[in-house]
Amino acid sequence: MKITLRGVRGSIPTTGPDTKYYGGNTACTEITEDGCMLVLDGGSGMQHVHVDRNSTNKRIDILLSHLHLDHIQGLGFFKPLFDPNMEIHIWGPASSTRSLHMRLSRYLSPPLFPVVIRDLPCKLVLHEIENSVFETGPFKIQSAFVLHPGPTVGYRITSKKSVFTYLPDHEPALGLTGILKNTKWISGFDLADGTDLLYHDGQYTTEEYKVRIGWGHSCQQDTLLFASLTGAKHLLLAHHDPSHTDAQLTDMFLSLQKNNNYPFKYEMAVEGMEINLP
Amino acid sequence: MPAYEIEIILNRQLADCLSIPVFITDTKGNLIYYNEPAEEILGQRYEETGEMPVETWSTVFKPIDESGNVMPPDDLPLVKTLKDCLPYHKTFRIENLMGKSEKISVTSYPIIGRANRFLGAVAIFWKAKEE
Repeated sequence: MKITLRGVRGSIPTTGPDTKYYGGNTACTEITEDGCMLVLDGGSGMQHVHVDRNSTNKRIDILLSHLHLDHIQGLGFFKPLFDPNMEIHIWGPASSTRSLHMRLSRYLSPPLFPVVIRDLPCKLVLHEIENSVFETGPFKIQSAFVLHPGPTVGYRITSKKSVFTYLPDHEPALGLTGILKNTKWISGFDLADGTDLLYHDGQYTTEEYKVRIGWGHSCQQDTLLFASLTGAKHLLLAHHDPSHTDAQLTDMFLSLQKNNNYPFKYEMAVEGMEINLP
Repeated sequence: MPAYEIEIILNRQLADCLSIPVFITDTKGNLIYYNEPAEEILGQRYEETGEMPVETWSTVFKPIDESGNVMPPDDLPLVKTLKDCLPYHKTFRIENLMGKSEKISVTSYPIIGRANRFLGAVAIFWKAKEE
């Protein structure tokens, strides 16, 4: 399973010289194996997901964690949606009030976007998911609702030999005492349990988090604790705050390293980073 | 054992922040969490007991109606909520294991999560005014 990070920034694209290293595009991760492609979230990084036009596989599965703008703003610029030869499946969290089609149409319709969903030339299939298990190509995928404002799911993607967990927007420490040590009471635990690679929200410093509790994101210290409790083997800290420059992110990481001694590998997510899992 | 549904976790986190006794049960009525104020009613600490099967925790105190008769379980708000997934409210007396009697009000509501799934119930207790 080859994992390519196309966008690791949170909230709003922040392209500029100060964010050149970690990247300014919002949430999008590309996964390929055996010629099959998954795209996790459709943030602005989605514009850099390119499909091999010579590939015989004409199907792409897009897995949306939720429908906040930084996770769908790239959808309208994803070329395969405009290719009548392509079959695109979009999976997204169910809501108890409105269909996925209706919620996506809020963005993919005038005045915000000139094209409406029904006019997209590809063969488009929408799937509403909750705590679900489904398969596509070589991937077995588990989704579950996690702590973040509005219907939001995380994903556990199992390929032939490895597991990748995707929790880009997640606040498991929400509450009076932070992350509870009893794993039955931890949001997202089952998705990340023993995973080979955990991609997880780590937007804030501990100080920043104190005044942003309930916003749906994690401080890096909590993310490390979450990874430790789940037994993740490798952690990527992501959803970088748009106000954090490259220099600040590097300082934050150095501070984490200085103050923690976790046995697993952890690093900051960087746009363009490629990771191959066996 | 798998982690609880997010709606259950959120209810626990809320209960942790409240100064009124809160009990959270699964769909079978097993007590999966109670907060610190609720510990005073049960006379036991959550950290010590952990979760309690319905058979155990339902015997910790005895509900009594206005006439002093023991109330059947089906008349209790939480039991009714578990049965038909609706909120209920009732004021009655309880007698704890020490024989101490108190007038309390109980409000219960079902936890019906996303995709309309019934996941458990919450009961909130507070002392009612003695007339």
